[in-house]
Amino acid sequence: MAELDIDTRAAKLGIDWSQVNLDSIQLPPGENFGIESDDEGVYHDDQLEFDTGFGNIIVVDNLPVVPKTKFEKLENVLKKIYSQLGVIKEKGLWMPVDPNTGMTLGYCFIEFNTPQEAQNAKEKTHGYKLDKSHIFAVNMFDDFDRLMNVKEEWEAPQTKPYVPGENLQKWLTDEKARDQLVTRSGPDTEVFWNDARQKNTELVHKRPYWTESYVQWSPLGTYLVTLHKQGAAVWGGADTFTRLMRYQHNMVKLVDFSPGEKYLVTYHSQEPSNPRDASKVEIKVFDVRTGRMMRDFKGSADEFSIGGPGGVAGASWPVFRWAGGKDDKYFAKLSKNTISVYETETFGLIDKKSIKVDNVVDICWSPTDSILSLFVPEQGGGNQPAKVALVQIPSKVELRQKNLFSVSDCKMYWQSSGEYLAVKVDRYTKTKKSTYSGFELFRIKERDIPIEVLELDNKNDKIIAFAWEPKGHRFAVIHGDQPRPDVSFYTMKTTQHGGRVTKLGTLKAKQANALFWSPTGKYIILAGLKNFNGQLEFFNVDELETMATTEHFMATDIEWDPTGRYVATAVTSVHEMENGFTIWSFNGKLLYRNLKDHFFQLAWRPRPPSFLSPEKEEEIAKNLKKYSKKYELEDQDVSLLLSEQDREKRKALKEEWEKWVKQWKSLHEEEKLARQSLRDGEVSDEEEEEDEAKEVKEVEFEDVIEVTEEVVQE
Amino acid sequence: MRPILMKGHERPLTFLRYNRDGDMLFSCAKDHTPTLWYADNGERHGTYRGHNGAVWCCDVSRDSSRLITGSADQTAKLWDVKTGTQLFSFKFSSPARSVDFSVGDKLAVITTDPFMERTSAIHVKRIADDPQDQDGESVLVLENPEGRKRINRAVWGPLNQTIVSGGEDAVLRIWDAETGKLLKETDKEVGHKQTITSLCKSADDSHFLTGSLDKTAKACLPFLLYLLFHNPPVLWDMRTLTLIKTYTSGVPVNAVSMSPLLDHVVIGGGQDASAVTTTDHRAGNFEAKFYDKILQEEIGGVKGHFGPINALAFNPDGRSFSSGGEDGYVRLHHFDSDYFNIKI
Repeated sequence: MAELDIDTRAAKLGIDWSQVNLDSIQLPPGENFGIESDDEGVYHDDQLEFDTGFGNIIVVDNLPVVPKTKFEKLENVLKKIYSQLGVIKEKGLWMPVDPNTGMTLGYCFIEFNTPQEAQNAKEKTHGYKLDKSHIFAVNMFDDFDRLMNVKEEWEAPQTKPYVPGENLQKWLTDEKARDQLVTRSGPDTEVFWNDARQKNTELVHKRPYWTESYVQWSPLGTYLVTLHKQGAAVWGGADTFTRLMRYQHNMVKLVDFSPGEKYLVTYHSQEPSNPRDASKVEIKVFDVRTGRMMRDFKGSADEFSIGGPGGVAGASWPVFRWAGGKDDKYFAKLSKNTISVYETETFGLIDKKSIKVDNVVDICWSPTDSILSLFVPEQGGGNQPAKVALVQIPSKVELRQKNLFSVSDCKMYWQSSGEYLAVKVDRYTKTKKSTYSGFELFRIKERDIPIEVLELDNKNDKIIAFAWEPKGHRFAVIHGDQPRPDVSFYTMKTTQHGGRVTKLGTLKAKQANALFWSPTGKYIILAGLKNFNGQLEFFNVDELETMATTEHFMATDIEWDPTGRYVATAVTSVHEMENGFTIWSFNGKLLYRNLKDHFFQLAWRPRPPSFLSPEKEEEIAKNLKKYSKKYELEDQDVSLLLSEQDREKRKALKEEWEKWVKQWKSLHEEEKLARQSLRDGEVSDEEEEEDEAKEVKEVEFEDVIEVTEEVVQE
Repeated sequence: MRPILMKGHERPLTFLRYNRDGDMLFSCAKDHTPTLWYADNGERHGTYRGHNGAVWCCDVSRDSSRLITGSADQTAKLWDVKTGTQLFSFKFSSPARSVDFSVGDKLAVITTDPFMERTSAIHVKRIADDPQDQDGESVLVLENPEGRKRINRAVWGPLNQTIVSGGEDAVLRIWDAETGKLLKETDKEVGHKQTITSLCKSADDSHFLTGSLDKTAKACLPFLLYLLFHNPPVLWDMRTLTLIKTYTSGVPVNAVSMSPLLDHVVIGGGQDASAVTTTDHRAGNFEAKFYDKILQEEIGGVKGHFGPINALAFNPDGRSFSSGGEDGYVRLHHFDSDYFNIKI
């Protein structure tokens, strides 16, 4: 009823509306004067859905056809199977019988208490083998209509015309060959171009509250994944970021891509209501392009939390580790005494069996081949030695293994092209009171996989960090005692020694605790993060010389761009002050800073591997001078343009300012008299003051002249 | 540029003020004695004894004969600069935070803090020519609409027609100095986001600079330059408050000053004093930073204090400046000749 109507009605009845206190009116219970409350409507709807559906009934087909004598036995068997999966309603199991023969018809209906139980029972027992000739076919009763409507004759599906999608890799065709990076600060997630020539960033896309926890690029840079309450979503596209696909997974916490970005693994864990129970974990594997869920894994957190570094809330992430290469063929999970290797054709275990390895604690894939390295610690109080082994997948053949004695811990580091594997072995000293470290180096690509043992010059040095040169044959080790450890470089290949590992050099007493190789090799950053306040040393390993030593105060993160041209260092919100990031050139020249409060994350957009053959790449490297000319000219043009723009801007600002000053001066002149009177007739304006000074003191006057000269110069 | 270290205060500095001739420097600190220094060599000339609490602010008359100081002992005192004798004491019922002489030194504006039941307020007092005739009567009292928020600074506008105030509520207000009417206030959208800590007028009163603690996530606006257009007195309400420049720095700003000679502004501040000892000394950023006033670009910085900078002042000749820190030191810097040739 419109307000006007109410007013007129009230006037007719002689009620003064303003005197009525609506809250004081009490309706008789159960009476609503025909006005339905909104809440009731909602309640009603729920009820409706609940009653009409037969959602809690399943139909089990392919049962054995049995005579009356065996009816009860079969019924009991069924009850036994299904009561494990849910509560069957009283008289909820009904197996129809042919009235003529007294034989069962080979199917039955089971009614559960809830639709969830029915759904669960359907999923769990569909395909259940009662015996050889009886494999259950289970359907929801609700699907009955749908199944009935299936046409008898097969109809060829219509082929949809091909619609070309967006070019998801358009960012690679940037004219200036720039790279993108994503940052999260405050509520905003922003994607920028790193425009090193302009010494600034250029915004590509910005969106507040884009993700609910973090964002992540896919390994080849095609997608950006965001996390939400309902699941994960991937974004990408030619010009701006549009949503390409959604993956439903409630309260998703972590995501991981397969290296060829064909699959997305999502992780969710639920804290148990009873603190003594293990938390529940659900992991889903999606096909990235179609959005189809390929497989899901459920279980308690214990099943997913063995081995691996960096546990997150009880589980080590990623739980499933993908075999190297772009094929995305295998992924492996480590559990107690077993390694489960799945293949992506069927999303089942290879040979339907896990690999049994007693006490295995760590596995690691080769980044390029389907070779799995695994580590088994000592058992039986040292009677059985520790073991590092390489296993070929899918054949499960052990390629190489090495037994190690008195080992306390092992860590495996693969070189990025899968040529070498370094195993850092911590061994007990004879007294078993302390440990010392050494390396076992596997040459994967050579015949029989030879193993070399490397010990540091000073055996007792602690190893603080280790890193392979990407695509190269060198590695760097930080060893020694804090706060000034040494950094050593080794190579697996030298001209003199052929196949022996050789030391290239040691840098003494460096303030470093982390190593960051350029993705193209050759250059490395020795970084002192955390306790070292962000010391950075840019080092050229070819020449073994320091290119620059600088500092990004309190830096917490360092990331090379995918081309190895620039480095981003960032201070994230773990520190209160000076949040933001800084971009450096590969040789340690500061290019620009970008301060952002509440800075959380920075990530460069990865690039897919180059299509150029190694020979072609070498040729380009050789003739670099020829190619570089063109770019140097461009650089020059840009910097000229930039300084021109800068000049223009400054000029405009100065002019604007002068306009203000002029405007103010005229006003100031007008008010001169008023000011004078306020000061009891004392003159106050600058010109007169100078006159005054002249009269009083000669020396001061000279001083003032000097000042004015400089102002003119400005 | 080797600074002269002036160690005379036992507690953190709060305010610095040069006289018009630029030969005297007055300093206020949380100890109870404002001090007078030779502005050239940093020698101590004398002290003004009588306050019984931290001294927050001071101002000196144009002829350098009178000094007014505002203190936490709930008084503002008028001193004879030459002899150091106390001429008069204005009594309030809450601490006096800022003081400022008007053009012609006939009036002074004094702000008082919120205290117990008292709300913050701006008082205008008449300053008599002869100290014998001085009385404590207020010509005008302005109540802050945000009474529980402190007013950190109030200064006279052009021709004593207005009073400009700023404080903890991050709003700048312009008041009519005759009637006490609120003429204009800044809105939070364009202005500061947090406490305005300092306010400084240009040498010619045409514009002023404010500094603030805001270091907000979206935009760092630690200090802003406002232009005060003064129109003929008839058009009172037309008087505008225009934000003209914004300078960003990564740290909270406690003090600002403008060069009377070059188009430079200097800001000081740094990490909150209570957090200083918990982090590395470099995290504090206790630097006096110089910016180009027109281009808004950072020119350079002067390091030295080992606590936040609380006070900054330029010598009226523009050839030296001094800074006062939480560390209790005043550092007096005479510029090198290089400074006058900076090109950016």
